[in-house]
Amino acid sequence: MKNLMDKCCDKCTHTLATPCKDYIKCRKEGPICHQDEACRQKRADLLSWIHLPQGTTRREVLICAGTGCTSSGSPGLVSRLREELAANGLTDRIKVTVTGCHGFCEQGPLMIIEPLKTFYTRVQAEDVAEIVATDLVAGEVVERLLYKDPITGEAARTYETVPFYSRQQRLVLRNCGHINPEDIADYIASDGYTGLIKALFEKTPDQTVEEVKSSGLRGRGGAGFSAGMKWGFVRQAPGDKKYVVCNADEGDPGAFMDRSVLEGDPHAVIEGMMICGYAVGADEGYIYVRAEYPLAIQRLKIAITEAEECGVLGDNIMGSGFNFHLKIKAGAGAFVCGEETALLMSIEGNRGMPRVRPPFPANSGLWGKPTCLNNVETFANVPQILRNGSAWYASMGTEKSKGTKIFALTGKVNNTGLVEVPMGISMRDIIFAIGGGIQGGKKFKAVQIGGPSGGCLPDQLLDLPVDYDSLTSAGAMMGSGGLVVMDETTCMVDVAKFFLTFTQSESCGKCTPCREGTTRMLEILTRICNGEGRMEDIDTMDRLARVVKSTALCGLGQTCPNPIISTLRYFKDEYIAHIQEKRCPAGACTALLTYKINPEKCKGCGKCLRSCPAEAISGEKKQPHVIDPAKCIKCGSCVAGCKFEAIERA
Amino acid sequence: MTCKCGHDDPAAKQEALQRALEKYKTVKGALIPLLQEAQEIYGYLPKEVMQQISKSLGIPFSKTFGVVTFYAQFHLKPRGRNIIRVCQGTACHVRGASKVFDAVSKKLGVGKNETTGDLRYTLETVACLGACGLAPVMMVNDDTHGRLTPDKAASTCEKYE
Repeated sequence: MKNLMDKCCDKCTHTLATPCKDYIKCRKEGPICHQDEACRQKRADLLSWIHLPQGTTRREVLICAGTGCTSSGSPGLVSRLREELAANGLTDRIKVTVTGCHGFCEQGPLMIIEPLKTFYTRVQAEDVAEIVATDLVAGEVVERLLYKDPITGEAARTYETVPFYSRQQRLVLRNCGHINPEDIADYIASDGYTGLIKALFEKTPDQTVEEVKSSGLRGRGGAGFSAGMKWGFVRQAPGDKKYVVCNADEGDPGAFMDRSVLEGDPHAVIEGMMICGYAVGADEGYIYVRAEYPLAIQRLKIAITEAEECGVLGDNIMGSGFNFHLKIKAGAGAFVCGEETALLMSIEGNRGMPRVRPPFPANSGLWGKPTCLNNVETFANVPQILRNGSAWYASMGTEKSKGTKIFALTGKVNNTGLVEVPMGISMRDIIFAIGGGIQGGKKFKAVQIGGPSGGCLPDQLLDLPVDYDSLTSAGAMMGSGGLVVMDETTCMVDVAKFFLTFTQSESCGKCTPCREGTTRMLEILTRICNGEGRMEDIDTMDRLARVVKSTALCGLGQTCPNPIISTLRYFKDEYIAHIQEKRCPAGACTALLTYKINPEKCKGCGKCLRSCPAEAISGEKKQPHVIDPAKCIKCGSCVAGCKFEAIERA
Repeated sequence: MTCKCGHDDPAAKQEALQRALEKYKTVKGALIPLLQEAQEIYGYLPKEVMQQISKSLGIPFSKTFGVVTFYAQFHLKPRGRNIIRVCQGTACHVRGASKVFDAVSKKLGVGKNETTGDLRYTLETVACLGACGLAPVMMVNDDTHGRLTPDKAASTCEKYE
């Protein structure tokens, strides 16, 4: 027995053909079917390698291998660490675990040493020898690699004391960064698949639906429909063949919650889908993943294979009589496929275009069969609801939005990364307490929430509680959970144009309001950004936005005007400045910018002259230079190179 | 995607395609996965390949062509050995992604969705790579490069032959 999932001896009868209902419990507390102290001891020993007990001399080094840390160089750390441990003869006392995303991508590559929870940031391959010698051998902390608070300069010894983590409530992300996503034993040792067991052996399908309903869980994909009610509709829909589909087509620019959950804890999503399958009466499921997420696809494949080999997934699961099979479908690059009916069209092998609802997928979905479609994060919540009960779950959050929500906090904020917070927390707490405030000490201007379907919220709404209903009434939307922070140098008209450029090119073209509406709105926005706007453009665009909102075919079309409506609502003065004064207050719209050299500051060094790609700068050596506005292409390379801050942008 | 079969032999490619066609012959909803596998083999989707797929699955060529042109992932023209995808997501946008794109474009001498004459690079943009914490970001083949500056982005491209 080398792995926790292996059988202890020949007395164990669990196989795929003869499944045992005590399988999961046995692997953690067993053996259950026979008394054998040696078997029990072996199991306990394997388990103590996964969760190190207090006071042990063993250490576990967790290295983040999420996409962020991988691109910052974590794969090199893993091999370097293994070599260094072998050279010091420590291989059997120290375990190296490659984990999913810790969320604090900004500080990557991240390394945690368990059980002391020492948290090292921006670790490079050349730091590994010192970590081994100082920390793992001598038991002292490598001070220079600890996280230091950007304001107080104080070092945090454990990750729990880093403000970025201490203000979070990590429920869905509890395993992300703490277990090896490519080993089912790690998941099972962390209470994995016990929610499924509770459903299969202690609840009827109806009771399972009820449990999810009373937990108050709402869909995390955007609209926030009650998950339990949806499950109920699918359960009641007539038909003996039903499907469960997981929407992992996370296309919102600025969002990576689903990616991190799939990469860091794929079994939680699989378990959630299986519980859903049992509840609604489905025996087959699909996970539709973006093709841009190769690592998520790979981890899911491994997880599905492992679960099948153990008999957690497949036919007659653990002797319950429940069958469930899971397939992965890789998306082919179309944002609209995040819409549920378009996604189903795509799985069927068609152009991914939405269709009119009703009928809803709950009654007529994949291949015309009743289909329960939920988002990654929704499914990942389910195992814990079953394990700990709906009352426990409903005790978190606000009256109408229960539990927690994961946000991808990005943009002009100090601590970018993945954060999970209880529903109802204020935007201010997320951006300033967890996010550490605005980069470079600049002034906060707005936060964009919910991607192309969401809106921009200004500073007077910073104390707004973050829940489905408050956000909708403020003109934004929970969306999938992208939070992009913007400062005084971000132009809100340009942001609206950015999102419209995206939705215009991603519009599938099936319905006229979205196809033509996005094109016309983008034309108007482009005109305004180029300084060619007219005052009546504002009213035209406002009316157009409302028409598209109320007449487009699918959810994407109906929400795509939100960035315009919300910026017009809170930042109308910026639109007016662009139109009337031909001025971009944030200095972001290049067509409205002029570059000038301040003759008092210019030393005539000639650096700007050489860096100008358009040969627009002239001047004698040691004399103030000048920019010819007719030739200037406003690229900004002169500003970037000037040491004397002599070039002014207005 | 570049060819992963290891050689440029047309017969070997045809054989690989034949195996894929067999595998999906009776699978429901097989068109998209089959097109994905065919593109893995050929690097793009030549007309003859799409015709073979249509024939094997018993669907009209017009439908296959319709699906291919709907999704951004499928390509009708040969692509470079290295695919550079500069992220244009929101987080990257506010942190200067357009300057990164311009620098790479200038360095390679090609515009968006164009391939260099020597087939070394294809330059593309992508809506979001989901690595927003490291913005601005670009992906070269399967490697993600983060915290870019225009200069750093341009020099990163040189590492790919």
